[in-house]
Amino acid sequence: MESLLLNEDETMLRDSARGFLDDTAPVKAFRAVRDAGSGFDRGLWNEMAQMGWAGVLVPEAQGGADMGHRAAGILAEDMGQTLVASPFISTAVMAATVLRKASGARAEASLAAIASGAAIYAIAVDEGAKHAPERSALQAVQSGNAFRLTGRKGFVAEGRAADRVLVLARTSGDVGDADGLTLFDVAADTKGLDRRAINSVDGRDFAELTFEGVEATGDDVIGEVGGGLDALKAGLEAGQAALAAELTGLSAGSFAMTAGYLKERKQFGKLIGTFQALQHRAAHMWAEIEVTASAIANAGRVLDAAPDQATLAVSLAKARATDTAKLIVSEGVQMHGGIGMTDEFDMGFYMKRARVGAEWLGDYGYHAARVAAARGF
Amino acid sequence: MPEFSRDLAQFRTEIGAWLEGNCPAEMRGGDFVESDICWGGKKWKFTSDAQKTWMDNAAAAGLTCPTWPVEYGGAGLSRDQQKILREEMVRINAKIPLQSFGIWMLGPALLAFGTEEQKKHYLPQIIRGDIRWCQGYSEPGAGSDLANVQTRAEDMGDHWLINGQKIWTSYADQADWIFALVRTDREAPKHLGISFMLIDMNAPGVTTRPIQLISGKSPFCETFFDNVKVPKEDPSGMSRIVGEVNRGWDVAKHLLTHEREMIGSGSRGPLGGRSVGEIMNSGDELNSNPVLRTEAMKYEVDALATGLTLERYKDMAGAGVPIGNASSMLKYQGTELNKRGYELLMSLAGSDAAEWESPQGELASEWLRTKANSIEGGTSEVMLDIIAKRVLELPYK
Repeated sequence: MESLLLNEDETMLRDSARGFLDDTAPVKAFRAVRDAGSGFDRGLWNEMAQMGWAGVLVPEAQGGADMGHRAAGILAEDMGQTLVASPFISTAVMAATVLRKASGARAEASLAAIASGAAIYAIAVDEGAKHAPERSALQAVQSGNAFRLTGRKGFVAEGRAADRVLVLARTSGDVGDADGLTLFDVAADTKGLDRRAINSVDGRDFAELTFEGVEATGDDVIGEVGGGLDALKAGLEAGQAALAAELTGLSAGSFAMTAGYLKERKQFGKLIGTFQALQHRAAHMWAEIEVTASAIANAGRVLDAAPDQATLAVSLAKARATDTAKLIVSEGVQMHGGIGMTDEFDMGFYMKRARVGAEWLGDYGYHAARVAAARGF
Repeated sequence: MPEFSRDLAQFRTEIGAWLEGNCPAEMRGGDFVESDICWGGKKWKFTSDAQKTWMDNAAAAGLTCPTWPVEYGGAGLSRDQQKILREEMVRINAKIPLQSFGIWMLGPALLAFGTEEQKKHYLPQIIRGDIRWCQGYSEPGAGSDLANVQTRAEDMGDHWLINGQKIWTSYADQADWIFALVRTDREAPKHLGISFMLIDMNAPGVTTRPIQLISGKSPFCETFFDNVKVPKEDPSGMSRIVGEVNRGWDVAKHLLTHEREMIGSGSRGPLGGRSVGEIMNSGDELNSNPVLRTEAMKYEVDALATGLTLERYKDMAGAGVPIGNASSMLKYQGTELNKRGYELLMSLAGSDAAEWESPQGELASEWLRTKANSIEGGTSEVMLDIIAKRVLELPYK
């Protein structure tokens, strides 16, 4: 497999992404999004699309940049550093991966719309408080080539802004069965599809989606009827890896603030960074980020080289990233003292996003258990 | 000495053929055990003829020290070639032909700081396994504060007179020579009065005493110097000091970075390469305890990620990216993880592992030995200090 280091193209991508985001989307920009309650900045997303980020996983034939999952991870990591809110993971990573696998004229048109920034996709999978695709109960009742979807999906990222929704529905079997699920691609404004905005802790775009007899046809099915999890798996794993990368960027961004603060804040007549009690904790935090960064790099490489065998690498990355981000933001608030608790200061934003990122697409326990299973426990 | 191609594909073929012809069948296969290690030196007793043949063959090709320059007897391989050599050796499960502190530490120090005469004299002896070296760094009063070494080297004109004591000198009782940090200037600030000296262990006044650890027998010794005379120059005019007099701390620091990478990486990884998953499944119903299982899962996550970090840093070294003080991070993470792994193994084995010389008794000894991992080569606390000050550049005052 390729080296875990960045190659020349990836280094260029990182540098240009970092430069663009520092200028255009510092944490201040996210604060404006949070204050406005807009979920994310569509104008910023269009700019990212023009730079090829929305099409990072879309083939060149559909107008994409086709740079692969390691590159997607680099972008997600950079966005995490300054808490950029965007539909990158749901649309550019998960939907693009699913549709690319689906193939066909309609999927190609959808991919082109993703790459251009014209289409925002939401992935509606989970219904309960924990990530569990096989526990989908939302019913799709089939009659000939027609389906009627009824049920609800909770905490759907980009659920408010989405133009289209990839929804996992049960066509047969019972809740908990991995078989009998079917993936549909429906327009977000289809009659009977109601979207309620969720006031999410992290200030991003999340919604609860209610389906009341939403009509779909066989053309809307992605993959096979009853094979929804197969159609979705690669997309979910790509999203989990990108989210892990975002959380690692978030850790690095938050840690940089804390390390900076240790070098400027004085108490007892001394810089607090001279206190060994804080030095050792800061050193441990950095050491943890270094280890997690390796798992992130590895997940990207494995997804690019052997996407069918990426479960271990992806779950390892998501478990580590979740754990590390929790440590970094908790210590970040603690080491900042009172100011870290104020809304006026940015540290809280990092903590809130780390919490939502910890749950979305599977928490530490979910992914650690997958690692253990893959390792023969 | 065989000439190897620089072309990597070609090199793989050549080295495969060379191994085929030169690594005796007895030196391949089987599980790695402690007694497989060939240390070399004048006191070394080969465990078999094959072990000697394998060491001699590898040494003749420079492959005991594959990346050392050809002019000193090394094979002059690039990092990429070395990686291929390692892969090809793993493929046929070849044992390592020779290991020593000369290879790991003194050689790299000589390559960086030695004179041409010193390199020409000492490096070939290390490569051939003629001389076994030990390391004389720590003292009873110089542990984490290593620069506080008090072993004194008095300038007597044509020789140095050494008095003092070293501790934790691994295999001092088996070694032919020692490279030691000695104080050559007692007036200078402590970092600036130390020299890196080469001393014959057979010189009158050098004695050693083994140390027994909580884990049982150990390779560690105390080494005493009682009016030991070290000539300033050998008959050929070659100095017994590596680097400049009083600048031994520079050499020591350079080497400690090496040592930390080594301890951090460990040749077989945490738990001697065993997967906790395997162990969990081989155990009894005890191991279905949910708390133990959870701990094991968390360990597995961290062990895999730490392994990938070693790989990433190897990639960096291979690409010529300086690692510098980040080696302290590898040492800290690697050793803390290893201790955690052994705690877990002891829990999984339960009272079976609490009896010496039982089938699980080795485990108890290994577990206790891991407690030294985060002490030797710089404690975890010193590693965190280095990260805080040198990597994060947190303020001193």
